[in-house]
Amino acid sequence: MLDKIGIAKRIAQEVQDGMYINLGIGIPTLVANYIPKSLNVVLQSENGLLGIGPFPTEGHVDPDLINAGKQTITMMPGSSLFSSAESFGMIRGGHVDLTILGAMEVSEAGDIANWKVPGKMVKGMGGAMDLVASAKHIIVAMQHCSKDGASKLLKKCTLPITGLKCVKKIVTDLAVLDVVPGVGFKLLERAPGISVDEIKKATEGKLIVEGEIPEIKF
Amino acid sequence: MINKVVANAEGAVKDIPDNAVLMLGGFGLCGIPENCINALLKKGVKGLTCISNNAGVDDFGIGLLLKSRQVKKMISSYVGENAEFERQLLSGELEVELIPQGTLAERCRAGGAGIPAFFTPAGYGTEVAEGKEVREFDGKKYLMEHWLRADFSIVKAWKGDTSGNLVYRGTARNFNPMMAAAGKITIAEVEELVPVGALDPNNIHTPGIYIQRIFQGKNYEKRIEQKTVSKSA
Repeated sequence: MLDKIGIAKRIAQEVQDGMYINLGIGIPTLVANYIPKSLNVVLQSENGLLGIGPFPTEGHVDPDLINAGKQTITMMPGSSLFSSAESFGMIRGGHVDLTILGAMEVSEAGDIANWKVPGKMVKGMGGAMDLVASAKHIIVAMQHCSKDGASKLLKKCTLPITGLKCVKKIVTDLAVLDVVPGVGFKLLERAPGISVDEIKKATEGKLIVEGEIPEIKF
Repeated sequence: MINKVVANAEGAVKDIPDNAVLMLGGFGLCGIPENCINALLKKGVKGLTCISNNAGVDDFGIGLLLKSRQVKKMISSYVGENAEFERQLLSGELEVELIPQGTLAERCRAGGAGIPAFFTPAGYGTEVAEGKEVREFDGKKYLMEHWLRADFSIVKAWKGDTSGNLVYRGTARNFNPMMAAAGKITIAEVEELVPVGALDPNNIHTPGIYIQRIFQGKNYEKRIEQKTVSKSA
């Protein structure tokens, strides 16, 4: 089974040289730590920055420089700053190559729910709906099942939807899967020590298993 | 050049009436008009509709106006850091309209740019789409969204000149430029007010035409929501 770091490390393997990437809050933010230094990529923060750098050292904390999770950050050399309208213009316009975000549920059609639990959580969608509606490639980082064991990879989402038919790839604590439109979740890799049967049991939506399924390699 | 300088925050907000529709710049606590928020608190104006990406935290930013029950309605994209907000929302004391962040930014931009409506894919197939016109362009579905405009927009910049030209710093720019253009009256508070001619015209972020009142704020706290540091450079 993968922990949060493991999920982040596996997603980092999907990153390619030259990509502009938007990272969501939580596990997606951790992905930045595991992108190989040999790759030249630019991280976008939807509050108006291309070129997110590492967290600042104690003496260099700047309240005017935060990421979308409101954490203090630095800028890489060659960064650019802009307004929220420009930022979502580049998101909607399809200029961001890869979006990595968390989810509460994903359906076999690629629908995602990650912004609201009726009656419980009313925080708002932030930029998630804009991102999922327009991203060319969306990878979701999530737990395969809830704490009480219920599958989060479903035939249909039960929670309020964030976007329809948008998720392309999912990395969970148990597996790596592609969403194949009109077909279902295609199992690509198993987490270390996890069997195909265990993944089948944990997946409510249609799971496609073809041939030998390799273990995730790091 | 036209001089738009007012003495202070109290002077800038003095004619904001009860039930006004306000836009307030900022993302989280970054780039928020601290001085004007405090002046509104002191003035005690009630029934406000606040258009702002976030609602501050319990004891800072718009959170202060929520606590004092001066806000009737919030129009925001994310309000997760404010327990008092959540309490008022769940109890029905506060009206809330949650809007996708990019849609909020573009609705403000449209308001300032004279575009009454536009189409965006964000929110299609979700509860955000309820009651909205859907149209298909090149095989993809889009929602029609309307412009937003305000009686008063209140923005915060790093530097400004006496005719209202503004320069923002870092990610404190965020919603401020669009909101500056979408207010019938726009108030700018700046950390440093400079004479006309002191700012490079090549590097103005908000042209002064959008600004009606400007003043140099004081005692900026610039509170940080999540201080994250690394050990080595």
